[in-house]
Amino acid sequence: MSIIQSKVNTRAEDFVARQESMQTAVSDLREKVSVIEQGGGPSYQERHTARGKLLPRDRINTLIDPGSAFLELSQMAAYKVYEDNIPAAGIITGIGRVSGQECMIIANDATVKGGTYFPLTVKKHLRAQEIAEQNHLPCIYLVDSGGANLPQQDDVFPDRDHFGRIFFNQARMSSKGIPQVAVVMGLCTAGGAYVPAMADESIIVRNQGTIFLAGPPLVKAATGEVVSAEDLGGADVHCKVSGVADHYAENDQHALQIARTCIANLNRKKEINLDIKPSVEPLYPAEELYGIVGTDLKKPFDVRDVIARIADGSDFDEFKKNYGTTLVTGFAHIYGYPVGIIANNGILFSESAQKGAHFIELCCQRKIPLLFLQNITGFMVGQKYEAEGIAKHGAKLVTAVACAEVPKLTVLIGGSFGAGNYGMCGRAYSPNFLWMWPNARISVMGGEQAAGVMATVTRDGKERKGETWSAEEEAKFKKPIVDTYEHQGHPYYASARLWDDGVIDPAQTRAVIGMGLSAALNKPVGETRFGIFRM
Amino acid sequence: MFSKILIANRGEIACRVIQTAHRLGIRCVAVYSEADRNARHVAMADEAFLLGPAPSSESYLRADKILQIALKSGAQAIHPGYGFLSENTEFANACEANDIAFIGPPASAIAAMGSKSAAKDIMLKADVPLVPGYHGADQDPALLKAEAEKCGFPLLLKAIAGGGGKGMRVVTHIGEFTEALAAAQRESQNAFGNPDMLIERYLTKPRHVEIQVFCDKQGNGVYLAERDCSVQRRHQKVIEEAPAPGLSDETRKAMGETAVAAAKAIDYVGAGTVEFLYDEDGSFYFMEMNTRLQVEHPVTEMITGQDLVEWQLRIADGEPLPLQQEQIQIRGHALEARVYAEDPDNDFLPVTGTLHYLRTPDENAHVRVDTGVIEGDEVSVYYDPMIAKLIVWDEDREQAINRMVHALESYRIGGMKTNIRFLRQLADSKPFRDQELDTGFIEKHNDLLFQKDKTDIQSQLALATSYVLETERQTQPNKDDPDSPFNLQTSWRLNANYSRPMEWVVGEDHHQVSIVEQQNGYDITVDNVTFKVSATLSDDHLRVVINGHRLSIHGHLAGNDMTLFREGQQFQCQLFRHTFDESDQSAGGSLTAPMNGAIVAVLAEAGQIVKQGETLVIMEAMKMEHSIRAPHDGTVTEVYFAVGDLVSDGAALVAVAPVEEA
Repeated sequence: MSIIQSKVNTRAEDFVARQESMQTAVSDLREKVSVIEQGGGPSYQERHTARGKLLPRDRINTLIDPGSAFLELSQMAAYKVYEDNIPAAGIITGIGRVSGQECMIIANDATVKGGTYFPLTVKKHLRAQEIAEQNHLPCIYLVDSGGANLPQQDDVFPDRDHFGRIFFNQARMSSKGIPQVAVVMGLCTAGGAYVPAMADESIIVRNQGTIFLAGPPLVKAATGEVVSAEDLGGADVHCKVSGVADHYAENDQHALQIARTCIANLNRKKEINLDIKPSVEPLYPAEELYGIVGTDLKKPFDVRDVIARIADGSDFDEFKKNYGTTLVTGFAHIYGYPVGIIANNGILFSESAQKGAHFIELCCQRKIPLLFLQNITGFMVGQKYEAEGIAKHGAKLVTAVACAEVPKLTVLIGGSFGAGNYGMCGRAYSPNFLWMWPNARISVMGGEQAAGVMATVTRDGKERKGETWSAEEEAKFKKPIVDTYEHQGHPYYASARLWDDGVIDPAQTRAVIGMGLSAALNKPVGETRFGIFRM
Repeated sequence: MFSKILIANRGEIACRVIQTAHRLGIRCVAVYSEADRNARHVAMADEAFLLGPAPSSESYLRADKILQIALKSGAQAIHPGYGFLSENTEFANACEANDIAFIGPPASAIAAMGSKSAAKDIMLKADVPLVPGYHGADQDPALLKAEAEKCGFPLLLKAIAGGGGKGMRVVTHIGEFTEALAAAQRESQNAFGNPDMLIERYLTKPRHVEIQVFCDKQGNGVYLAERDCSVQRRHQKVIEEAPAPGLSDETRKAMGETAVAAAKAIDYVGAGTVEFLYDEDGSFYFMEMNTRLQVEHPVTEMITGQDLVEWQLRIADGEPLPLQQEQIQIRGHALEARVYAEDPDNDFLPVTGTLHYLRTPDENAHVRVDTGVIEGDEVSVYYDPMIAKLIVWDEDREQAINRMVHALESYRIGGMKTNIRFLRQLADSKPFRDQELDTGFIEKHNDLLFQKDKTDIQSQLALATSYVLETERQTQPNKDDPDSPFNLQTSWRLNANYSRPMEWVVGEDHHQVSIVEQQNGYDITVDNVTFKVSATLSDDHLRVVINGHRLSIHGHLAGNDMTLFREGQQFQCQLFRHTFDESDQSAGGSLTAPMNGAIVAVLAEAGQIVKQGETLVIMEAMKMEHSIRAPHDGTVTEVYFAVGDLVSDGAALVAVAPVEEA
């Protein structure tokens, strides 16, 4: 028991300024999300509901256990990526509890371009499946999609991580005993037809759901046969004749009730072999994170003040507290789950990298999930540090992170630059989940540094040719580079491209991590075998 | 004393008798109908025998079977309870003939009191006062007037052939008599074709006061004070009390002695009740005598400290009366309320159903519950819909009423309508507290007793909603992973506020509710009215703060049916949830042969109207019979095959046209 004494002066000028800036960022996020939640907008939504269909989010609300939480993923997907507005990439994914089981729910939004798959729709669908596979979550597909978006077919169809991968994943997950349930609530055309066909169990809604490899227009074009969608691939055909679907539903509500029954019949039990404690709220209010962190990455904060607002009872047992102090490591509980926290408190040195590697070894040995709180500008540079082998020490940390088989959760609470991103379990290190705060930034290095490096290279070139470069010219040269880095390093830009699993309100961090841990623990924690640590 | 008796009854009275018998070390034999297999009285008895099907005529009224069982089981006596065979002379005789003691009066006494007019003659001879009047055939107006004067005013002129108030006149003074008589006769002649009148003293505020008497076989008789049963509706007692409020000791003595005299006049033995009409001025008139233990006997027990069933048993066994008249003391005041499965708002129509939820007040020296049912029992159409008798006692009437009100508030029944709210309102009403008792009490105070609930539907639904939420909180969590945030009932959403919808149905009306989780509780909006609610639930007890008002209520949620109990008030509503019967998942049903086979039966013909699920054709294939059923209501338009035909897989067997929707 060592409770973090986190005394912040909530009236201090600095605190108030940080709080206001973060509040602005969070308000902006919530506002954008509220617009995204409107899907294709009122007129498409009305047309959708007029057919007796529920909106995708209402389908999810009806599917999950009443009153339970839903952890939506990648709300900002496809934000300002395409010429057309494709809210949430036209597909809603997330984890919710159905009949007591935590499930991955993947729901097409037919109000957005008929639910067709844009490249990022595919990416989001695949990411959801990846999470399901990594965490052993049953998948429920609420299908209502016209299939691949034809104008974008080159970025949707042919490659490994394109449309076909959906069915590959379904088959592979099914083979691993991860249940696959499809609810056909609308179109399910062409490739899409394989979602219910590949599912372990499928449900289809009468007069709404259709499953066919080719729709009536294509059939007419190919063979001249004139047939209605319902007669071609409706519920009656598939439940009575073809056997493509297993359950016949009167309407959306009925279909979702059947889906709940399917999950209830899985005979699955979440077995957790961790020492779980009763959950205790932190001693300090989560909202104070706004004023502690703020949005100016140049302004430091003590990461323990953040941990104090996430960990159960603000209780945090530090490991190697006085060694490699720029990396804070220690044991805590979140919603009762044990967790090893690795958090940046400054730049990474050789000592801090070794400390991090040691701590990850401890957690893997003990099967304790890891939580990375990233706020890292990178590893220390300079002759002294290269000479002491910071590269090999950094490599130790990266090896440990890469090989760790315990659940890994990463939250970008500030900067995420360069090799620091690797050592702190960036996206490339396959954490089970990765989220960003609205103040976070991600890029290979900071915009200023990048502009500086490129300016130096340019100046050297010019000087070799005997040319001169004025300070104004240099500033003009650097400005667009800084702007581009700022733009591309922004969480919305990152999240739009599925570099993370969502931008989250810092005040909701504890709940988000708790759900991530809860979801991850559906899979028994595996044995870790590390690679060679360069000594 | 007997060592084994049979109780020829059911329900609370059977349980009541068994209780005393067991206390006295007497073994009990119960009898039961098929509907009562699992009834409380059967479980309480030492042994029990099945009588027959549920209807009383085939079970509890089967004197022959009951006697057989008594003989077979070796019971030395039969306690008939009340109702059923308790006042059946043949049964009493048959018992005697079979050398089994009938715990009740001799058959002759039952017979004597069985006919009301004969009983009145006997009472007249025994100097028991009857309501003054004239019932003679001689209709000479002068004679009638003379009789009227003898009877006294006010009086009532009633058509002998009459009913429904026709040919009836209240005459308050001799001067009005002649005119009123003529009018009543005319009316009666027109209405019934018979102008004959009878004269009776008109009691403006009559009360129903009855005396409990006991006689032993040695010829002694005592009275155990009186009971006031004035609060009635349609001749059904609702609340009884003892002693009768405002009755002087002299009157009690006079009535008691008269009652004992009445009993002795018919050589009575055992427990009996002599009912009187009691007038404001202290005069009382014989109505009838009940030759059995009364439903309301517990109030007498409470004020005398005696066990009347024990008295019955001792006397039936030949013992003398346990107490002499002067040893019988009364202390305090007792009230009994009859809890019925009925709808006070619908003319007290009896209701039936299952007692899904039943919580009775705590029993102690002040509160007693006589009941024959337990939670889960059925209140059926076959028997009296009385669920229980709630009896309270205290030092005086005021305190006893307070106890009654409080006990009724903690008496909670879910699953059917009951009269509990009505009883509570009645007991707590000012006129009842003020002892303004008469047999017209309920009609007179109709407005007061049927007042609608003051609380509005919205706040009730907010409470119901919080009950559901708290129930979910307790029942939802995954036992293996209790603290997972997925198990919190907070409707948590990322970067958004989610208001969870809920829909309630009250009567025919639907009410939309939305719930937003707050720091300590929730905002519950019902029909655009928002309530701040926080609550904790333990078992069925909801402690709730709604808009700053702290309440303590109870609830019962069975499936979608919610019942809230609050201070004796009940509020019922249903959760509206889409539910689908999975057995209907027939994909429209099929009228084709499921495989090759032969038709073995054709049960429908063209033109026949059929209901969904009705079997139309039976075919045999693979040594199994397959029924082809109607997929929906409709008319059979064609039957394509006959018995014996061989049909192939997929062949249409019948055609059914659906009923056209209006």
